[in-house]
Amino acid sequence: MSFTPSKNLQQEVAELISHYPDGESRSASLMVLHAIQDEAGYISAEAMQWAASEIGIKPLNLYELVTFYPMLREEPPGKFVLKVCRTLSCAMAGGKELHENLCDKLKLNPNTHGLQTTEDGKFSIEFAECLASCGTGPVMMCNDNFHEAVNEAKADKILEKCD
Amino acid sequence: MPQEYKLLLKHVDAKGYSNDLECYERQGGYAALRQALAIAPAGDTTPQAQLRKSVLDSGLRGRGGAGFSCGLKWSFVRHPNPKPVYLICNADESEPGTFKDRQIIYKDPHQLIEGMIISCWANHVNLAYIYIRGEFTEGAKILNTALAEARAKGYLGKDILGSGHDLEIHVHRGAGAYICGEETGLIESLEGKRAYPRIKPPYFPAALGLYMCPTIVNNVETLCNVKHIVEMGAEAFTKLGTPNNTGTRLVSLSGDVKNPGYFEIETGKVTLGELIQNENFGGGLREGRNLQAVIPGGSSSKVLKAGETFKLGEDEIDLLDVPYDFDTLMKIGTMSGSGAIIVIDDSRDIVECLANLAEFYAHESCGQCTPCREGSLWMKKALHRMTHGEGRAEDADYLKHIAQNIQGRTICAFGEACAWPVLSFVEKFRDEFEAKTAVKK
Repeated sequence: MSFTPSKNLQQEVAELISHYPDGESRSASLMVLHAIQDEAGYISAEAMQWAASEIGIKPLNLYELVTFYPMLREEPPGKFVLKVCRTLSCAMAGGKELHENLCDKLKLNPNTHGLQTTEDGKFSIEFAECLASCGTGPVMMCNDNFHEAVNEAKADKILEKCD
Repeated sequence: MPQEYKLLLKHVDAKGYSNDLECYERQGGYAALRQALAIAPAGDTTPQAQLRKSVLDSGLRGRGGAGFSCGLKWSFVRHPNPKPVYLICNADESEPGTFKDRQIIYKDPHQLIEGMIISCWANHVNLAYIYIRGEFTEGAKILNTALAEARAKGYLGKDILGSGHDLEIHVHRGAGAYICGEETGLIESLEGKRAYPRIKPPYFPAALGLYMCPTIVNNVETLCNVKHIVEMGAEAFTKLGTPNNTGTRLVSLSGDVKNPGYFEIETGKVTLGELIQNENFGGGLREGRNLQAVIPGGSSSKVLKAGETFKLGEDEIDLLDVPYDFDTLMKIGTMSGSGAIIVIDDSRDIVECLANLAEFYAHESCGQCTPCREGSLWMKKALHRMTHGEGRAEDADYLKHIAQNIQGRTICAFGEACAWPVLSFVEKFRDEFEAKTAVKK
């Protein structure tokens, strides 16, 4: 499989590299990986190869980032990725129950903390560490959208809106 | 009755206030920048040096966690410097319990940008970055829009407002790693590497930072304060708060209170008890519940137990009467850290609470130093056992032993951050930890 970047992505990557001083284009790595993941949903080995040549570094320099930063993924996730906050304030407000409830609805394993995807590939769910909204727990993200004080009814609505 | 004092949060959540430039300017936005750029040289002292002195005199302390003097941090950079000087805004808000910077980034981004531009001008910075945590997707967009607005108006770019000073600010997104909040880890991350904190010395990136150039890393709230110091003058700023704890503080309050949220107080003018119980703040605990513990400054700070008293000078004061500031919290053996208070009532299993935090630290250890990489995982595993009916008689001591062998033995303060909660929970709630073994027997 090869990776064919869209025109948009090519432009974006060039723009991102320009944000850093001459000779320091490696700095753009994380932003470039975000851009790839935003478009493709994940970062394939081929995408890393392409991006590395754009930046002027080795693919390994990107691979070590993909394997270090929790938000970056090597495998395609579901169409909608749910991240439920696991950390203390949200846990006290019912974060674990929210995760369990969503897993039940999606027929996934509530005891799995990491990313798991429904058979039809529509939903992925995972626990995330503190999402920095501890006063309105439990909180979760559905792709880029952030949701606060998610009770059962609200969780149902969030799932319904995913189409 | 203790009140909020709104300096940074003045417009946040105000009716009709939006996060665009027009609204910000309508409320007097960017006047402080013009004021800063208009400062005349005083004898041999450049306008920039006057500004830096003003920030030092204001007593402003870093709002990210360590509470180090901002002016002093700035003073470590020599001027003129043969290398470019960089400034990075640490917007990697990730300390469990903390959600204050989010409010400014999302609702009043120009306040941060104005504070940054002034700080960059004061420190001869031509290129700056906002390192924002990856999960603030919307926040990064808002900042990019705000930066574009500022650029269009000449607040950024070449020759800002005719000052002869060039400045560009870019947003750089993290990708879910807590360790990026550590300033040298953040710099490594910004350089496109894994966020492994750097070996100290040098203790401050002011000596060797981004691209081995002098670099200033300041928290969002700290940089916003710079704008207000320019506006009101250093002396007026020192009148806010208490001596050595000047200005205001954004407090994030969460956990078992009726009214969790973010509040701005004059530093040290409101007590922990008032923050938890007063109607203007937390509004007290829920019906029928009693206080069990307070985590006073983000999850890394040492826990305080309900009913604890502390000797402060001649006085013996109760936990709830402790003024919320930097120095008093340090005197009582903990810290105000990032200003995040997590309240735990008596319905909670305290061992479960620690197990939750231990899991966080095990997940977030960057893996560079063996004591932290292995120790944080051992602590997590032991606590998992204890909260799943498999506690052992020696567990409390075992946890303490691991934590003691992490703190002071790592490259960065993450070692302390994961050891301190364990040490303080076990020390102050030993009975609860031992009870976990009783269940088993």
